[in-house]
Amino acid sequence: MLDYLFRRLSLLLFMLFALTAFTFSLNYLFPGDLLTNFSGQVNTSFSQSQMLEEKYHIDDNVLVQYGAFVSRLFQGDWGVSLSSGQTVASHVALLLPATLELCFYALVVAILLGIPAGIITSAYHKKWPDKVISTLTLLGFSIPVFWLALLLIMVFCLGFGWFPMSGRIGLLYEIPAVTNFILLDIWLLGFPYGGQAFLDALHHLALPTVVLAMYPTTVLTRFTRDSMLNVLEQNYIKTARAKGLNRRQIILDHALRNALLPVIKQIGLQFSTLITLAMVTEVIFSWPGVGRWLIDSIYQRDYPAIQGGLLAVSMFVIFANMLADLTHSLLDPVSRNQSHGKV
Amino acid sequence: MVAKMTDLLHICQKYKEAVFAAATTMFVSACGDVPDAKQTNKTQGIVYCAEANPVSFNPQVTTTGSTIDIIANQLYNSLISIDPVTAEFKPELATEWLISDDGKKITFKLRKDVQFHSTDYFTPTRTMNADDVIFSFSRLFDVYNPYHFVQDANYPYFQSVGMDQLIRKIVKVDDYSVRFELFSAESSLLSNIATDFAVILSEEYAMLRASQDKKHLFDSLPIGTGPYKYKHFLRDNLVRFHKHDGYWKHDYAVDQLVYDITTNNTTRIAKMLTKECDITSHPSATQLEALSQRQDIVVDQAVNLNVGYWAFNTEKPPFDNVLVRKALAHSIDFDKIMQAVFYGNGIAAQSILPPSSWAFTEQAMPYYNPKVAKQYLSEAGYPDGFEMTLWAMPVSRIYNPNARKMAELIQSDLRQIGIRTRIVEYEWNTFIERIGQHEHDSVLLGWAADTPDPDNFFSPLLSCTATFTGKNPANWCNPEFDLLLTQALDTNDLKMRKFYYQQAQEMLIEELPLVPIAHGVRFQARSAEIAGAELRPFGGVSLANVRKEVK
Repeated sequence: MLDYLFRRLSLLLFMLFALTAFTFSLNYLFPGDLLTNFSGQVNTSFSQSQMLEEKYHIDDNVLVQYGAFVSRLFQGDWGVSLSSGQTVASHVALLLPATLELCFYALVVAILLGIPAGIITSAYHKKWPDKVISTLTLLGFSIPVFWLALLLIMVFCLGFGWFPMSGRIGLLYEIPAVTNFILLDIWLLGFPYGGQAFLDALHHLALPTVVLAMYPTTVLTRFTRDSMLNVLEQNYIKTARAKGLNRRQIILDHALRNALLPVIKQIGLQFSTLITLAMVTEVIFSWPGVGRWLIDSIYQRDYPAIQGGLLAVSMFVIFANMLADLTHSLLDPVSRNQSHGKV
Repeated sequence: MVAKMTDLLHICQKYKEAVFAAATTMFVSACGDVPDAKQTNKTQGIVYCAEANPVSFNPQVTTTGSTIDIIANQLYNSLISIDPVTAEFKPELATEWLISDDGKKITFKLRKDVQFHSTDYFTPTRTMNADDVIFSFSRLFDVYNPYHFVQDANYPYFQSVGMDQLIRKIVKVDDYSVRFELFSAESSLLSNIATDFAVILSEEYAMLRASQDKKHLFDSLPIGTGPYKYKHFLRDNLVRFHKHDGYWKHDYAVDQLVYDITTNNTTRIAKMLTKECDITSHPSATQLEALSQRQDIVVDQAVNLNVGYWAFNTEKPPFDNVLVRKALAHSIDFDKIMQAVFYGNGIAAQSILPPSSWAFTEQAMPYYNPKVAKQYLSEAGYPDGFEMTLWAMPVSRIYNPNARKMAELIQSDLRQIGIRTRIVEYEWNTFIERIGQHEHDSVLLGWAADTPDPDNFFSPLLSCTATFTGKNPANWCNPEFDLLLTQALDTNDLKMRKFYYQQAQEMLIEELPLVPIAHGVRFQARSAEIAGAELRPFGGVSLANVRKEVK
């Protein structure tokens, strides 16, 4: 296991190196002044730019610059956003939790709906529940997320007026940020406004979560189904069936545990897709997360913010994948015997 | 890559807007009234959907209308104000004012017992007095004021109207009266003191920040005397104000005023329909019809002193050539713009001044004729046209509800005379900043007046000092024109002033540093429960009297 962990970690280091090298090179690839791209400070005075040049090692060679860049990253100095004048790190710290929160709830919904749906389809293979659910998943799989979001807004927000269409909570509820996870914050504050704020936050969460959960739910359903069918073909299941176990026993006691192993890996892999989809969802639902901020930054050509946002999001995806991989290998000893790490 | 992504985003946004627009129209007409969303805890507060982030919380340092709308009348008061109906001066923080016979000395008597905001970061120990007034004004022109050079000593409005050159000194007569001593009598001084920019700040708070060595926070964590006090600002999300309990004027301000920052026009309308906003600024003209059909939404409109224009960077060739500017002006189909952008809710400009201003005289405006335009272009030496950029502002303002669309119309018109145009867009505050640095070839922008005085359309926009402070989008400095403005200000004789302004208007149309396009009408959509949100013909939005009346 230790050996395996070492292999993974070395792979992680390499990934991080590639990522930071890419982000660093963006400073050169973006149009505009190198110093401005690095620091986010525009129209600096002479003495200021001298100080910045020293800080960013502009006069040294690229390798030294890269080294300084990485050490700044570790110190939490991610530069200053051109448009807001605040540090990129503070933006990320404020906004990333909102994105993670949304992704997390979507993933929970996807797991709670997708896996049981997958089990049902495999249990009733080629019967009507299978056909209905498979059709639905195909439909959900093919709907572009932004279209679905607009459709839901049209029907449920503008049409029926059941749900709000923007933000995390009604703006008149004043929830001071503690962790920046809104439900957690409300809980920590002891459910202010007589619990109404919590309900309102759930209310705001509903549509974005449904939209974001759509894709991973369908993927998990299909994956669980395939994996279950695969397992149900195996000899030990046939043996169990021959011994006279009923369908419930076969599926729950014997097939499920083995079938879920690849699904767990799949859950981890969903994170990268989820983050991408979250960006679109955030823009449409005005969700104050890192995705909306990143897209605004692109629109405003705020290069330090684009860099920081990309770095934060990709780092998060890498870590999430790594974590999923580790959990998977904990549960499935066979996978540890791969001689090479892979992502 | 970035450019491509922006394109893609633009398409996405367009798509989103189109669908929203279709959706809003459809549901407004089909479903009629939407059932009430659950109203909880909402009567104590009001949500106003604004179109842009505030750039600062001190009106002295900006002229950006979207910022002034949010901060000026909510957080602060001026010494005097102008009555929107009678256009006479009204007492605010000053109860009375005396002008000496030569017009060079103005004495203000101050109101007593005016409380400053008490917030998490400052608790006032005294009420407003003469020191606060002197501090607030001396910051603008006195280099010995400790705050003069904070924010790079940039006070665009005051510098462009030359107020920093006008005041000799401000004298404290006693604790509750101050005397302004001027270098020369100027007819527009009182109306400039009555603008939203000339607010009274707390001297005590300023000294506290100075002693903490945190002067930079003075303009971002504001203390004023207005009906609301600052609580929280989260960029791209919201601005939260709380009620100022000791407000000197009245006690019925709402407990909480929240600005929901929503840059997209159609999203703002959609939020109106879902009741996430109580009041919305600048609803787009296409949606007005649909909105006014709803029982629970009221659309207010008011005549407003403003002008939307197309300005050329007159320092950059070929726009330094008046023939080129004339060619461009004659190539534009103004009627089409009035229909497609204003939907008939605007007045086509006949001068830079709107017809409701007393100094307005109708001018011989450029007219749409591509042949004439071509002719001017060949005279100027560009028979084959050239390439240029056209900057279109990204937000909707009174004077231009949809600059992007206007830019596209102009682009296609210019193609007729062989000029290739690239439309440039930035986020609003970045946009203003870059225009101030004169990076553009030409720009679609506008000006909404802060006072009914006609000088407000000239000095802040087109004077030489405005060029230096980056407020002159035409980058146009003409000494003759400046002389006319000074002459108009030096007299109190209304006839003479009108005469000078008439000449100034004529000169503008001859020289065309900018082409006036239209005067917009101010719109505001509000929920029927909201009362007291009156629109004014000039200046920023005031929500001092706004309240919710649940039936």
